[in-house]
Formats: sequence, C-alpha cells, structure tokens
Amino acid sequence: MFSEISLHILDIVQNSISARASLIEITVNIDNTSDTLTVIIKDNGSGMTDDELSKAVDPFYTTRTTRKNGFGVPFFKAASEMTGGSFEISSEKGKGTAVKAVFVLSSIDRMPLGNMTDTLISLIDTNCRIDFIYNYSVDERSFTLDTRQLKKTLGNVPIDLPEVTVFLTRYLDDNTAEVSGGRKY
Amino acid sequence: MKSLEELAVIRDKMQALVNLRNEATDCTKIVVGMATCGIAAGARPVLKAFSDGIQEKGIKDVMVIQEGCIGLCQYEPIVEVTAPGKEKVTYVKMTAEKAAEVIEQHIIGGNVVTKYTINSAM
Repeated sequence: MFSEISLHILDIVQNSISARASLIEITVNIDNTSDTLTVIIKDNGSGMTDDELSKAVDPFYTTRTTRKNGFGVPFFKAASEMTGGSFEISSEKGKGTAVKAVFVLSSIDRMPLGNMTDTLISLIDTNCRIDFIYNYSVDERSFTLDTRQLKKTLGNVPIDLPEVTVFLTRYLDDNTAEVSGGRKY
Repeated sequence: MKSLEELAVIRDKMQALVNLRNEATDCTKIVVGMATCGIAAGARPVLKAFSDGIQEKGIKDVMVIQEGCIGLCQYEPIVEVTAPGKEKVTYVKMTAEKAAEVIEQHIIGGNVVTKYTINSAM
C-alpha cells in the first residue's frame, strides 16, 4: 500500500498514459462540510469494454504482458473504501475512462494527500505530449492548472525546460497552500 | 493567488535558446520504472532526483523518461540508462542518493556505477 494519495494518483494516471490518452484531468476536492476528500481521474484514452471494466478492479487482471497481476486500481479502491468512502470506475471503449475515489477526510485510515506537486511535475515533465488539467479545491476555494494554457503561453518553449519546471513547482506549491488555507491534507 | 504572467517572461527569456536544443536520437535516455511496483518502492523521488540533478548541473542531451513495469518488481526502483552507441545499463533498488551518484559518475563521468547495477544485485 502507498503512503500518500498522491502516489496512488501517479499510479492510476499511468493507466491513462498506457491507454494513449492525450488529455488527463485530475481533480482533488476537499470538502470539510461533507468530510470528504474526492479524487477524480478522467482520461480520453482507449477506454474499456464492459467486460474489461469489470475485471479492472480485480488484482489478478492486468493488460500488461510482463506479469500476471495489476494492483494499481485495486489498491486505490481499497485505500478509499477502508476509510468508509467509496470507489467508482466507468469507461467507454474508444472514449476514455474515469476513476472516482471518495475518502472520508477525518478517518484515521485516510492517508495524507501527500506531495501533489511532485506527482504533477513528474507527469508533466516526462509526458510533454500529453495535456493535464489539475483542479484542486478546498471548500469554497480552488485553482486549476491546464497545461494546454501553459503551452499556449510558452509557444515553442518546451514545458519541461528547467526554468519552467522551477516556476511550475512554485506555482503549484503556492496556490495549493493558499487554497488549503495553510492546512495540510 | 500566483498567476501565470511570469511564464510569459520566462518564454521571452528562453525563446532564443530553445532552438539549440537537441531532440531524440543522439541523447542519453534515463528510463525510470513507474508502475505500481516502482512507485511503491520509491520511484517518484528517484525520478525527481534525476530530473532535478540534470537540471541543476545543466547537463544537455539527456532525456528522463517514465516507463511501466518490466517484470522485475523485487528490484524496483529500476532505472535504465542508455547512452548513444553504448549498451543499456540497468540500475536496481535506486534511491535519490544513488541517483546523484549515477549522475555524477555515469552521466557526467561516463563510468558505470557497477555496485548499483542489476548484475551485482543478482
């Protein structure tokens, strides 16, 4: 099991990358009133048939050829459900897949959200051809990062350039702290 | 709230330099395994150590890439380094500290850090 929700997110997004998604949207919504932390990962990748979808939560099913099992989705499901939360996965062949995990925020079993900046920077920097949207919200406050917008501003300057990475790291850290009101989730 | 305005400034500053960047073939590839097994074993800080190290030292012609599981999960985090015209070197059970050594000795110095390769782990 992972020590941070952000590591689960990094892991689940690898499935979207393998499914040849060109746009991946990651949403983290923290709601203190309903006492939930919701993670949604949505992609426009190859999607799954109903049959494949029913197997996706089975640890002994995987699309990879190097080994006979895949624990990414089952781990994420278990992590959310053990807090008393819920887990959903929906998919349409040729359209994409969406994964939604709801964690009970105050549950002692809820792992910390962890370092989302590291997760996002690793994804953005090593997958320059894929676009990412990241929505982060805590109660009424929120911010969004959309790499399509960044790339438009950057023009022919690559997004994985060190100077850009340094800026993005600070951008994500600062805005996360502001939206979180200084609290760590 | 921090805005994206600064990004345009970075773009203007960097524009002149980007055309000098080399793409694809003649660059060294550093491939980090980032499947469930790799991530659980600590691949994210390893990837970060490589990206940050390469950036800090201003090393050119090196690409850091993510890959899935190659089926040797007990050796994760696994990092494969392929320099142009050289054989692939597979490093196992990597950490951020070991990554710094690999950058210094292998990527910059051209000497494989044998003690971290899969051959010495077997």
